[in-house]
Amino acid sequence: MSKKIDTIVLEEVVIKFSGDSGDGMQLTGTQFSNTSALIGQDVSTFPDYPAEIRAPQGTVGGVSGFQLNFGSKAIKTPGDFADVLVAMNPAALKANARWIKEGGTIIIDSDTFNKKNFKKAEFKSEKPFEELKLEDRNIIQAPISFLTKETLKGMGMTTKNVLRSKNMFTLGIIYWLFNEPLDLSINFFKKKFKKLPKVAKANEMALRAGFNYAGTVEALPRNYKVAPASIEKGFYRNVSGNVATAWGLIAGAERADLNLFIGSYPITPATEILQELTARKDLGVKAFQAEDEIAGICTAIGASFAGNLGVTTTSGPGLALKGEAIGLAVITELPLVIVNVQRGGPSTGLPTKTEQSDLMQALYGRNGESPAVVIAATTPSDCFYYAYEACRIAVEHMTPVILLTDGFLANGAEPWRIPKMDDLPKIKPPFAKIGEKYLPYKRELEKLNRKWAVPGTKGLEHRIGGLEKMEITGNVSYVPENHEVMSKQRAEKVKRVENFIPELKIYGDEDAHLLIVGWGGTYGHLLTALNEMRKDGKKVALAHFNYIFPLPKNTFDVLSKFKKIVIAELNLGQFANYLRMNFPSLEYLQYNKIQGLPFTVVELKENFNKILEAK
Amino acid sequence: MKKANVKNYKSDQEVRWCAGCGDFAVLNAVYKAMAEMNIPTEDIAVVSGIGCSSRFPYYMGTYGFHGIHGRASAISSGVKVANPKLSVWQITGDGDALAIGGNHFIHVIRRNIDMNLILFNNQIYGLTKGQYSPTSKMGAKTKSSPFGTVEQPFNPGELVIGARGKFFARVVDANIKMCTEIFKEAEKHKGLSAVEVLQNCVIFNEGIYNFINDKKEKSDRQIFLKDNQAMIFGKNKDKGLMMDGFKLKVVEIGKNGITEDDILIHDAQENDTVLHNALINMHPPEFPIAMGVIRAVKEQHYDDLVEKQIKEVQEKTSIRNMDDLLNSGSVWEVK
Ligand SMILES: Cc1ncc(C[n+]2csc(CCOP(=O)(O)OP(=O)(O)O)c2C)c(N)n1
Ligand code: SF4
Ligand SMILES: [Mg+2]
Repeated sequence: MSKKIDTIVLEEVVIKFSGDSGDGMQLTGTQFSNTSALIGQDVSTFPDYPAEIRAPQGTVGGVSGFQLNFGSKAIKTPGDFADVLVAMNPAALKANARWIKEGGTIIIDSDTFNKKNFKKAEFKSEKPFEELKLEDRNIIQAPISFLTKETLKGMGMTTKNVLRSKNMFTLGIIYWLFNEPLDLSINFFKKKFKKLPKVAKANEMALRAGFNYAGTVEALPRNYKVAPASIEKGFYRNVSGNVATAWGLIAGAERADLNLFIGSYPITPATEILQELTARKDLGVKAFQAEDEIAGICTAIGASFAGNLGVTTTSGPGLALKGEAIGLAVITELPLVIVNVQRGGPSTGLPTKTEQSDLMQALYGRNGESPAVVIAATTPSDCFYYAYEACRIAVEHMTPVILLTDGFLANGAEPWRIPKMDDLPKIKPPFAKIGEKYLPYKRELEKLNRKWAVPGTKGLEHRIGGLEKMEITGNVSYVPENHEVMSKQRAEKVKRVENFIPELKIYGDEDAHLLIVGWGGTYGHLLTALNEMRKDGKKVALAHFNYIFPLPKNTFDVLSKFKKIVIAELNLGQFANYLRMNFPSLEYLQYNKIQGLPFTVVELKENFNKILEAK
Repeated sequence: MKKANVKNYKSDQEVRWCAGCGDFAVLNAVYKAMAEMNIPTEDIAVVSGIGCSSRFPYYMGTYGFHGIHGRASAISSGVKVANPKLSVWQITGDGDALAIGGNHFIHVIRRNIDMNLILFNNQIYGLTKGQYSPTSKMGAKTKSSPFGTVEQPFNPGELVIGARGKFFARVVDANIKMCTEIFKEAEKHKGLSAVEVLQNCVIFNEGIYNFINDKKEKSDRQIFLKDNQAMIFGKNKDKGLMMDGFKLKVVEIGKNGITEDDILIHDAQENDTVLHNALINMHPPEFPIAMGVIRAVKEQHYDDLVEKQIKEVQEKTSIRNMDDLLNSGSVWEVK
């Protein structure tokens, strides 16, 4: 069987694995992306979980997917459209039909493409490719179920258990197609199924069989090779946005020498942060699964009062419930981090989908003049740094900080160069000094923060709370002028955070004809669009915001240099309106999308090009 | 134990309840209990919600936190779990704890977090000037029920038991001595100690507890329960409680051949809730109202279990700091 194989070198490939919830597609995708990262390719991944937890098997609602983009260049997004789609059943093909590139390849398990499954996936005919207008794609029909059964015949396993390995047969095919090594996955099986050597063996056999099958069938005339990317030297690991957020919070507490306390209530897509922190008892994290979101934040406030770093994590509906308590943290001027993983709203909205529509809620969703710092993370791995930043600002400035991430960042993952804790600056809590007379609302000159006196410390006994307080002494006060003084001091304290954050920088051309403006989780897509447009000879620049309130000090100077500004965001224009309010003299164009989906680079380029061309 | 000076527990702020409000007496009893137990002021955190009673922390010379309406249970839970060495006192009202904060109330009890929860039950919303509360009697005429309420009240003790509470006591504001004694019991008990204070609101609910405070009648109308002692009451100590099937009944000692030996002995430490619940539900005129520590059952408490679990995990782990965690699991080197 010495078939001659052409190997074509590619710069970047997008693969989507999809199948029924039970088909193990998340594991398959993770295995491929781990292998790819290990051999030095750059990778970005995004899981696509079924909307319904227990949708009937074989239906479109039950399709689970995992998309990954890997390449020899810097990869900033999981990719718009798939070069290769793996569809383990007709429903998976249907669910992903619009996301396959022109000229892309579709690999199906032909054993599942039968009448029964066409019906479950609600095909009108028995010609799924025609029905979906996919006939012109490169379709590879592999009898994956049958071949897996053949491979594992004689292992003494039930058919049900044998079929569990069909995802590994499929992975073998894909490994062959992209010339990736098998050993990482084989080692993984050995470790994972240490106590079940038979299962480990079965997975290995299926993987090898898939690999060999792909190398022999005529259907795959050639394979591809993606060279390693030139990435910075060092130690790497994979990390998702939610795990990075959880770890950033621990890192912040560690650098501040504080105990971390999290009070939270589970909510998609933020739950994983709570789960990760409950697992970190080794690092002394105190995790409190509260009875609701209000209790979550209130326990965190109590913990901060008692000298811990209190944090709470949630998504839009939960942030709404926390509003009153955020105000309590504002007036008591305690450190508090509120992580809001945005999802589609309003109300329950699109719980598993991504959106950037909680910006106004984060900025203003409270009673009274209630300023809180708002920052946003931009990639799955930098959730770590912005969670740390949120801790730094909260502690050093004695203020609640809202960190915005989103469903796309939360579930997305990428290889991450492991930082050293010593590289993160120490965080210095402004503790009150023992022995000095403690005045709860006496402010420090530079940041205007008050000092933190921790219960248990002799001589610093004091009372704070939700009622307005007299400046300096902290006694309850209804004096009209004092309320104004305190309101202004609270506002000024938060404004002064601008002196302790980096300036806004520009990617791309200083003399661009168009400045693209974004914030938060759209960074990867906007940057990729920018780079591709510049490659096409367009003069464009990108200003991407992490710090939203307060804004970087040079914001106006940066924005006012450009003739055309377009603000691209996954909502109906919240950041655009915020900038209009702050800098009304400038003119802002908008590109908005609100479909629960991230931008595609294609649509961004198309729209930015239109703006460039318009007079 | 050496007593501390009561003055240490007072703040310099003027106490601002209406003249004659029952809250004053409770405040004094708390000062006394703390002083008699000589708890260092720096180790005490008094946490409240919103209401007249919830102004309490401002009058304490300890650490204090005045929260938001209904959330005292949650805030104090955070304080205690974060800093378990503190003696935590939660101050709350019948509206604060049982209406807006009902959810947090049952959960702090269920978790059995080691703190003293002092529930000021004046059967009214004092701070908002006289609307009915979840403990107002059926038919109570208030600002928001001019024709009388048409809803059943909660009995706080019954809720505590329903939420699997391990400590419940009842006192009346007018009896400072009893308040002081019971607050000390509450502080000694490990786990959540709920104390219902029958509190008079002179302005909006004047006199609702007169039947207990009446000089002549009070010993017939209340029974002060003490652990391991017979349930005897009355001016002449001639009345007692006995079981009648599954119910309690009041009997007269010396009549119908009943002697002191026939009277029930109070067992506050019994985990079974049947008798405690029956005691909590006694109402005049048929029964005396039960005062004192009705239930005090030893049980593991949340804050302690949290510490233990952390310690256990830390003894076994090789991950001691963030650098260890970052470099654990699947890590590879790019050269
Ligand atoms: C979110 C919110 N809702 C309503 C109020 C108004 N409010 C303040 S105290 C109170 C009721 C207080 O009653 P209770 O808890 O019994 O305390 P009391 O004043 O009787 O001691 C209400 C309704 C508030 N402060 N906050
Ligand atoms: S209104 Fe009632 S409860 Fe409030 S302070 Fe006055 S008397 Fe006390
Ligand atoms: Mg009340």
